[in-house]
Amino acid sequence: MSDTDIRKAVQEELNEIAPEVDMASVDPKADLREAIDIDSMDFLNFITAIHHRLGLDIPEIDYPKLVTIDGAVAYITAHLNQPKH
Amino acid sequence: MPSLGADMEAGTLVQWLVKPGDKVKHGDIVAVVETQKGAIEIESFQSGTLERYLVGVGTEVPVGTPLAIIRGEGEAAPAEPKPAAAPPAPPQAPTAPRKAAPPPPPPKAPPSQPPPVAPATGARVSPAARRLAEQRGIDLSTVTGTGPQGAITYEDVAHLGAAGAAPVAAAAEKKRAPSLDLNAMRVAIAAAMARSKREIPHYYLMHQVDVTPCEQWLARKNAALPPEARLLIGALAVKAVALACRRFPAFNGFYRDNRYEPSQAVHVGVAIAIRGGGLTAPALHDADTLALDDLMARMRDLIQRTRAGRIRSSEIADPTITVSSLGERGVEALYGVIYPPQVAIIGFGKVVTRPWVVDGGAIGPRAVATLTLAADHRVSDGHAGALFLAEIGKLLQEPEKL
Repeated sequence: MSDTDIRKAVQEELNEIAPEVDMASVDPKADLREAIDIDSMDFLNFITAIHHRLGLDIPEIDYPKLVTIDGAVAYITAHLNQPKH
Repeated sequence: MPSLGADMEAGTLVQWLVKPGDKVKHGDIVAVVETQKGAIEIESFQSGTLERYLVGVGTEVPVGTPLAIIRGEGEAAPAEPKPAAAPPAPPQAPTAPRKAAPPPPPPKAPPSQPPPVAPATGARVSPAARRLAEQRGIDLSTVTGTGPQGAITYEDVAHLGAAGAAPVAAAAEKKRAPSLDLNAMRVAIAAAMARSKREIPHYYLMHQVDVTPCEQWLARKNAALPPEARLLIGALAVKAVALACRRFPAFNGFYRDNRYEPSQAVHVGVAIAIRGGGLTAPALHDADTLALDDLMARMRDLIQRTRAGRIRSSEIADPTITVSSLGERGVEALYGVIYPPQVAIIGFGKVVTRPWVVDGGAIGPRAVATLTLAADHRVSDGHAGALFLAEIGKLLQEPEKL
């Protein structure tokens, strides 16, 4: 899966949570909690949606790596493209 | 028309979800009502067969107005019911509120056009189909249902949208909870909060709690769970408050007609911020009896439905105490305003790392949260409030037992 596809998936799932937000205008380096006003329940729903959509189970301990769009895309890209054992 | 919350005196029936002749069970969602706090799904108070409607789509009626006649199993056919245009409460109307309501004022005239979300036929519409129709601005009365008994399904609406059906509204722009009118909600909040501050002599207490055991337990538990089953600390907070209510009934109930009625059941109102502004606190029913994973799942569902504008009538009417948190917005202590006729609200603040005296007198870093209580001095005193807060703090020291 390409970086572009993953970014699209991330933005679409965040848009499900914050439908009024124009994701193209969100600074990809901004903290999502402030940039689009999401709380811990929203964030858990985002992590759950990524799990269902992309099959990637993101452990709680890694949540801090996904608090920006760029961070989320980088994390998901790296873990989806890891060779499976 | 069940109670719609403090200072919410009327609602407009916008959709029937059952037809005369249909069997309904206690708790089934039978109708949708629009209020200042958005659409509310009306649940049946009893089981039986829907005899007939007493209120038509598009009619605004006061709280306490019978909406329909439901005949219980084995009951004789009722006497001729009163006409829809004059809805004073007949004493045997099964959908009348459990408690006798004061005589309602006459209903306002129906609007000239019913809201576009209401199918004129009163056909069944699945919640997902209704939501999609709202998002796309599709008039449900133009949709032909293909589901059971002509029910309109998600696919019916999705197909119409794909075929380019003309939307009723202008562009179906992305919008949060189309049924939520934030200006109207602000009016409702203003009325309830002004009444609270006018009538309820609040007192306030604050209590700091070491929640390190909660954080450590959650980290261990969640590490073994998929995302959809993970817990948040908010679930522990709600459960701890609910359990403490059992021991301290002076904080769990209603103050009405100059007297306090403690509640046997513990229905925790969860304060939920609406995107774009507004707030509501629907009930998490019987929170004291729910296992944590079940409580978390229900809280998640409650928050999603509330933000989508789909609260149920019992969730509006039933909260016996409220829990609120602004910790995630950096607030360390919040002093709530009691939602009448309740008598207490618990606040949870941000979890911060603080130097704390631990076992043996040493000082170490601990995760600390500030709990607050705003309570009704007509019902309880600060001493009882202090014990109540201490009990919640104690329960949070052993999250595995919650």
